Amino acid sequence: MVTDTLGLVMKAFIVIGAVMTMAGYAVLLERKVAARVQGRPGPNRTQIPILGSIPVIGTFLTRLGVFQPAADGLKFLFKEDPLPGHVNKFYYVLAPMVAFIPAMLTMTVLPFGAVTDPVTGATSPIVLADLDIGILFILAVSSLGVYGIILGGWSSNSKYPFLGGVRASAQMISYEIALGLSILPVFLWFGGTLNLFNVVEGQSQVWTALVQPVSALIFLIALFAETNRLPFDMPESETDLVAGYNTEYGAFKFGLFFVGEYTHIIIGSGVFVVLFLGGWTLPFITLPAGMVGAVLSVLIFLAKVFCIVFFFMWVRWTLPRFRYDQVMNLGWNKLLPLAIGNLVFYAIVIAVIEQLN
Amino acid sequence: MATKVVERKPLSLAERSYLPQIVSGLRVTMKNMFKPPVTLEYPDERPDIPPGYRGVPTLVKDPDGREKCVSCQLCEFVCPPKAIRIIPGEIPEDAETAHVEKAPEEFEINMLRCIYCGLCQEVCPEEAIFLQDIFSVTGTSREELVFKKDKLYALGGTLPDSHFKWEKKKSAELTGNPHH
Ligand code: SF4
Ligand code: SF4
Repeated sequence: MVTDTLGLVMKAFIVIGAVMTMAGYAVLLERKVAARVQGRPGPNRTQIPILGSIPVIGTFLTRLGVFQPAADGLKFLFKEDPLPGHVNKFYYVLAPMVAFIPAMLTMTVLPFGAVTDPVTGATSPIVLADLDIGILFILAVSSLGVYGIILGGWSSNSKYPFLGGVRASAQMISYEIALGLSILPVFLWFGGTLNLFNVVEGQSQVWTALVQPVSALIFLIALFAETNRLPFDMPESETDLVAGYNTEYGAFKFGLFFVGEYTHIIIGSGVFVVLFLGGWTLPFITLPAGMVGAVLSVLIFLAKVFCIVFFFMWVRWTLPRFRYDQVMNLGWNKLLPLAIGNLVFYAIVIAVIEQLN
Repeated sequence: MATKVVERKPLSLAERSYLPQIVSGLRVTMKNMFKPPVTLEYPDERPDIPPGYRGVPTLVKDPDGREKCVSCQLCEFVCPPKAIRIIPGEIPEDAETAHVEKAPEEFEINMLRCIYCGLCQEVCPEEAIFLQDIFSVTGTSREELVFKKDKLYALGGTLPDSHFKWEKKKSAELTGNPHH
């Protein structure tokens, strides 16, 4: 019992550590992609004393900017943490935590690999908590994240954060519905299971994205909106709202918002991979049983997540921001009807298929 | 007035969904990602200074190592912000270039005042002062930024000379020529 709990705690720490590191490096990736798109080299100066001065490798890593996230993180930690006089202190301090914790929570139910028992041949997911209603948990908890943004916007007691907070709430409501509706056909397709592990196992031959491209598209667009990424970064929109909801934040509190945002992106990409891109499976390839297969499955999953995260960045540095009314229009007038139509269509298709069998 | 009504075709479904445009935009940015960066990494790499650039004014020597300035003080007078201070000096009788007669004893250019107008270069009858390619001047005190004569010569170095007017003058004095 005790060892069980201990193992679980260890696992949780490893996962949290990995995701936090990935969030840090997602920031680096973002900066690098931005730089490359704009014809710049990107962060290439930060050095760690001993590691950075190894002749060839050190220079290479420095040019790659590998040490940059450490510097950024330390900066967030050691900067003066101001508390503006005009804010509502309790909610102002609470907001970054509320933004950060849900982002971290969602990953508990996200399966990121599978291990096949070499003896029995039974496959079980590598996940912190294998919930039967995993996706509901993810949807419910990740939408809590917006409260952090709204709280931050309102408690800052200043006009730009306020506008950012208002926009965040409106946008969240608009796209949450399309998001939810777009994944219903996926679960219908896999026989009504809400367990993410079963969804992935069902995709070992063909990915859902190929069967249901419209669902994938709607989900992806809604995901962009949910994670407040460009072209939907209404809450932040630095060109018209200074920095939106986090205008009044600095140092560590800003860092929490920041990391929360990137964790959100990573988890969102993970959910997309699980639902639409076959998770840790590869079509036509069966992974070996035991430890090797488990490690491989995790690596495959991470590679896919990396591609989606890269796609997020790539889109960010390609598209300009939508106007606010366009965002609302797209959400309510286009995506929502499309999602409903999509759901009805697949419900009929699935019913027909079941009749035929 | 003739008005031309431009016909606006209604957007097709594909255009209204934005998706083809987004894809072509993504293609452009992806192509950009593989181009080499255009950044000049400044302190490590220096820009090419085009000819005719007006950098820091400097004093130059001729290929024989003689300081060309004869301290006529034209530059001092023409300098709009009065950045130049010259104390004229004599060249001693026994020097090889005694016939030039004068050279600056002290020559100062206050870089805090200089506006890089280039008038000193233009007015100098001896082609002794040039605005060359030095573009970054830094210092930690005001005094340090008043460049003295040796610093100005160090910055200026030697430039090629197409006249050698003082050599010609000397040889004319010694051997005689139609104008003497
Ligand atoms: S630099 Fe030229 S203009 Fe100035 S004093 Fe010397 S010779 Fe005259
Ligand atoms: S460049 Fe212009 S301002 Fe500067 S020393 Fe020469 S004449 Fe004076």
